[in-house]
Amino acid sequence: MVQKTKVLSGKNSKSRLEKHHIEDLIGRSYMSFCVLLLIVAIVSMVYFVMSKGLSTFAVNKVSVSEFLFGTTWSPEGDNPSYGAFPFIAGSFVTTLLAALIASPLSICAALFMTEIVPGWGKKLLQPVIELLSGIPSVVYGFVGLSVIVPFLRNVFPGQGIGVAAGALVLSVMILPTITSVAADALSALPNNLKESSYALGATRWQTIARVVLPTTMPAIMTGVVLGMARAFGEALAVQMVIGNAPFIPKSLFESASTLTSVITLSMGNTTMGSPQNNALWSMALVLMLMTFLFVFVVRLLEKRRAIR
Amino acid sequence: MRSKKSWVLALALTSVMALSACGNNNGGNNAAGSSNAPASSAPTETSGGTEVSGSILASGSTALQPLVEQVAEKFMEKNTGVDIQVQGGGSGTGLTQVAEKQVDIGNSDVFAEEKLKDADADKAKALVDHQVAVVAIAAVAHPGVGVDNLTKQQLVDIFTGKITNWKDVGGTDQKIQIINRPASSGTRATFEKFALGTKTEDLQGSIQEDSSGTVKKMIGETPGAIGYLALSYLDNTVQTLKYDSVDPSVDNVVSGKYPVWAYEHMYTNGEPNATVKAFLDYFLTDEVQNGDVTELGYIPANKMQVSRDVSGTVTNK
Repeated sequence: MVQKTKVLSGKNSKSRLEKHHIEDLIGRSYMSFCVLLLIVAIVSMVYFVMSKGLSTFAVNKVSVSEFLFGTTWSPEGDNPSYGAFPFIAGSFVTTLLAALIASPLSICAALFMTEIVPGWGKKLLQPVIELLSGIPSVVYGFVGLSVIVPFLRNVFPGQGIGVAAGALVLSVMILPTITSVAADALSALPNNLKESSYALGATRWQTIARVVLPTTMPAIMTGVVLGMARAFGEALAVQMVIGNAPFIPKSLFESASTLTSVITLSMGNTTMGSPQNNALWSMALVLMLMTFLFVFVVRLLEKRRAIR
Repeated sequence: MRSKKSWVLALALTSVMALSACGNNNGGNNAAGSSNAPASSAPTETSGGTEVSGSILASGSTALQPLVEQVAEKFMEKNTGVDIQVQGGGSGTGLTQVAEKQVDIGNSDVFAEEKLKDADADKAKALVDHQVAVVAIAAVAHPGVGVDNLTKQQLVDIFTGKITNWKDVGGTDQKIQIINRPASSGTRATFEKFALGTKTEDLQGSIQEDSSGTVKKMIGETPGAIGYLALSYLDNTVQTLKYDSVDPSVDNVVSGKYPVWAYEHMYTNGEPNATVKAFLDYFLTDEVQNGDVTELGYIPANKMQVSRDVSGTVTNK
């Protein structure tokens, strides 16, 4: 080996250059291949959901307004109707409720970890919160069914199953997302802002309420939106505790459905290409469009964050 | 440093190659499975003459899945050259995939004609039905409702929302909470067809779950709950209800006295090839029917003293 390199070193600079070129080329083509693969995967996925989801309207002649705003879902009936509004409403209500429950808790946890007890507070809370995101959703569903539902049944009217149970389970599931994004934002805050506040004689609470939170709010909102996106797409845990009746619930403790729960319940039982199956794909399309919206909002918030 | 880099590169490249190879393999298998299914699992006769080999892919009904998995395990032990894969996904998925020749066997809780309707009716005609077991479904209630028998009319009134309190059917003064299956479920179709005799609409406030385990848990825990479960799920955490005074027992199902039951179907697209046929034949042997089928809480198809066709007409064997 050694001899060989010595012999070759005569025309070293050129061959070395070529070797680098080749390495560079390999690296580049590998990278472009990966990127291309990713793009193809995403585009084909979007195309697939779009084409499937739109065939409800194109092939089965269901009107878009009936699908989006109709309140009767009975695809198996003699006179089938495909109103998905109860599910869209259910998804929005549970997601918003979950965000309302989880956001204050997460923001407080993040403040605790970064501002109040940065030492052992962070050491203790961070792993616990990270643990939460690692638990499979079926476990959340089962805990919800075994703990939250009986609790709600004993305390509130109704059977415990319903929107409230779904929102509670979801709120625990999105805690880690919001907390970690908020904690990152808080710890990235320049120290001089806080120090100036203290220098002016502000207390810790005044500093947190008037300086820290307002400056980091766009970043914290990013976490909230990301958490909502997760809540909106979560299927299994919600499906187990929400009841899945295709109606707009009259109270928080009554059975309702979300888009995801209907899709997971019915997809396997319907045959590909049947109107009901297509309608389920249309719901998947709604979910996808909502995800786009969430991503868009996150981008907007990031832009706002850039101005500091 | 340089050697390290090239190592990383080599590793990355091999992984890509492995990945793409995987893709190719899959593609190959799929192509073989879809366009050329008989060839992929063509029997290769060995010296014995009875040995079969090849691969079988089955998908569909999650209710039937555990039975097919267990029998497949045994079959593969006996025929080492055979590889059987069993996937779930639901009856609709199984029927779709077998109709499009993506799988060799499509498992279903309902007749193919009931799922593949209208434009897909032709697809159902190409499928060959193999009834491997029977599942009976019983109405069950929360143990505290004070009722152990319901007539057909009472059941209909409950599931259509006419009767909403257990005291109206002779039980305690308690609100009835319906725990249903989703409208597309095969279990619900069986229950509606043979217990109620009519399709029902979903009611506001009713609860829908698809897994039998969850349904059983909810009925056992929710005061005033009513639902229905396959016989294999019944135990004393729930109150089993007689149907028109007939006890939902295996004997009553076999003799045709208890009407709420359905076949478990394993559909093939056209007549099965030798390997698939050997597997399906093995399913109907006494060893499996009196062993695994009974063990997992299904009722042997060959024991039934009555048979039933797609339209629901029952005839004595």
